[in-house]
Amino acid sequence: MSEATEPNVCRPAELPSENRWRRFWVKLRRNKAAVAGGILLLLYVFCALLAPVLFRGDPAAPNLILALEPPSFKDLLGTDELGRSILGRVIYGARISLLIAVGVVSVGLLIGVPLGLISGYFGGKVDFLIQRVTDAMLAFPGFLLALALVSVLGVGINNTVISIGISMIPLYIRLVRSCVLTVREEVYVEAARAAGTRDGMILLRHILPNVMVPITVQTSLGMGTAILFAAGLGFLGIGVQPPTPEWGAMLGSARGYLFNAPHVATFPGIAIFLAVLSFNLLGDGLRDALDPRFKI
Amino acid sequence: MLNYVIKRLFSMIPVLVGISILLFFMLRMLPGDPAQVLAGQMASPEEIETIRKQLGLDRPVYEQYLSYLGRLVRLDLGRSARTQNPVIEEIWARLPNTALLAVVAIGLACLFGIPAGVISAVRPYTWVDYVVTMGALFGISMPVFWLGLMLVVVFAVVLRWLPAGGTGGWQHVVLPSVTLASFVVAFIARMTRSTMLETLSLDYISTARSKGLRETVVVVKHALKNALIPIVTVVGLQFGLLLGGAVLTETVFAWPGIGRLIVDSILARDYPVIQGTILIFGLLYILVNLAVDLLYVVIDPRIRYE
Repeated sequence: MSEATEPNVCRPAELPSENRWRRFWVKLRRNKAAVAGGILLLLYVFCALLAPVLFRGDPAAPNLILALEPPSFKDLLGTDELGRSILGRVIYGARISLLIAVGVVSVGLLIGVPLGLISGYFGGKVDFLIQRVTDAMLAFPGFLLALALVSVLGVGINNTVISIGISMIPLYIRLVRSCVLTVREEVYVEAARAAGTRDGMILLRHILPNVMVPITVQTSLGMGTAILFAAGLGFLGIGVQPPTPEWGAMLGSARGYLFNAPHVATFPGIAIFLAVLSFNLLGDGLRDALDPRFKI
Repeated sequence: MLNYVIKRLFSMIPVLVGISILLFFMLRMLPGDPAQVLAGQMASPEEIETIRKQLGLDRPVYEQYLSYLGRLVRLDLGRSARTQNPVIEEIWARLPNTALLAVVAIGLACLFGIPAGVISAVRPYTWVDYVVTMGALFGISMPVFWLGLMLVVVFAVVLRWLPAGGTGGWQHVVLPSVTLASFVVAFIARMTRSTMLETLSLDYISTARSKGLRETVVVVKHALKNALIPIVTVVGLQFGLLLGGAVLTETVFAWPGIGRLIVDSILARDYPVIQGTILIFGLLYILVNLAVDLLYVVIDPRIRYE
């Protein structure tokens, strides 16, 4: 982990070059925690992609005769209150959680990054307006904002993605804006402006590539947060709804069986924990590898 | 100082107006007719019409907003659709429970997080440091509600030392507050470590050491005292996280606080209570951050607010 209190990864002087990428790759590979995070994440992606191969059968189909069976050779993680294989549901849950994570950061990126670019580059009234809306959104802690939005939009995967995605927009706006404020003062931006390049082109060609590094780090960490938030909403019963095998919703229904079948609540929680950990390890590693102050 | 407090209180107004606009439009964003949603599926046209009049939905939007703002200023948050009690009363009744959890959790988080971060920074790249940094990362990655459930399994189901939920004596506070603190302690430890590492590399620390001061004095009196500002900032910011965590923790432990109230209201589509609780959470968050700003003066006498 970096010694720096603030990741200084939007330094315009550090332009992307072949040499820089090679150095980044070497630094990332030498960070054992980041490599472990990457491997863990690949395992989840593998489970998500090959779920039908890894677990044959319907993870949502109940079989009440086998309800609340403890872990055994037949069912490695046991069964839930409806007799469904917890292993199967955890494997299929990787699909749902990764899908939500990708969806959430996509919403954050697609809306937050352009607004951050515009706010930082143009300044003035547009900047003022965007920043005041951002202020108001940041006045709510992220999870509460997502909760408020779900209460309006309703439950389900799509609304979970939209609600958590919207709650992440202000973070991207602030992050991108702060980097743009530095980059826009660079000589090459001034040169492009003097050469008559249109603002839109300057933003896309000259400024956006230079703010990609902090965006990459935030995206990795944001995916972990998205999985946590989605699981939280699922747990409360206002996120992804049963019988969809979502880890948080699985924990929510396991609450009633803590006394006689604690295994039902154990494994979905471990799945959430390791998934979030993998994104956090990778995000920390990316930040250290991309921070020019952090030496190999 | 007083001038600064007044100035800061005034600077909160635009944010509060922003929050009120967000909350105002929250109800208008509902798919379909808000009056119909509030009245429920079985309501008669007359009941829907009464609610429409009550909410002023028959008036222009700007008029509706101004009257909403006027009610907010008077702390009139409307009535609960479920219990018909004033929303503010529902919130007041539960606020002390949430406050108790939050204060104990923050206290526990500071008690363990700051020393852990300090020890980690004093012995960097040793096994102690790795244990603390990995422990902090584990804490950040762990879903609080799952940790809560696991604590219930261990301490209430297996060992039978503590109650699984509800309120009562101090025993009821232990598990929820430890659960809530777990997330925050990780952030505090991480921040303390990185700030202390920077502070310990500064010249005045070398001077203090070369004067022959004991290492404990150097670390606690010279380094930690100067590293406290960013740590206090993180504690303030984590308060928001704590409020979010409270919603989940209160649900796990059936703790009758505001967090539980908001979940019950969402499940019952009780919009006046949802709006009210979110507003109060927003307000609390802003006020805590103001308090943190003011605390800087106490910690660092070099800071003067004019």
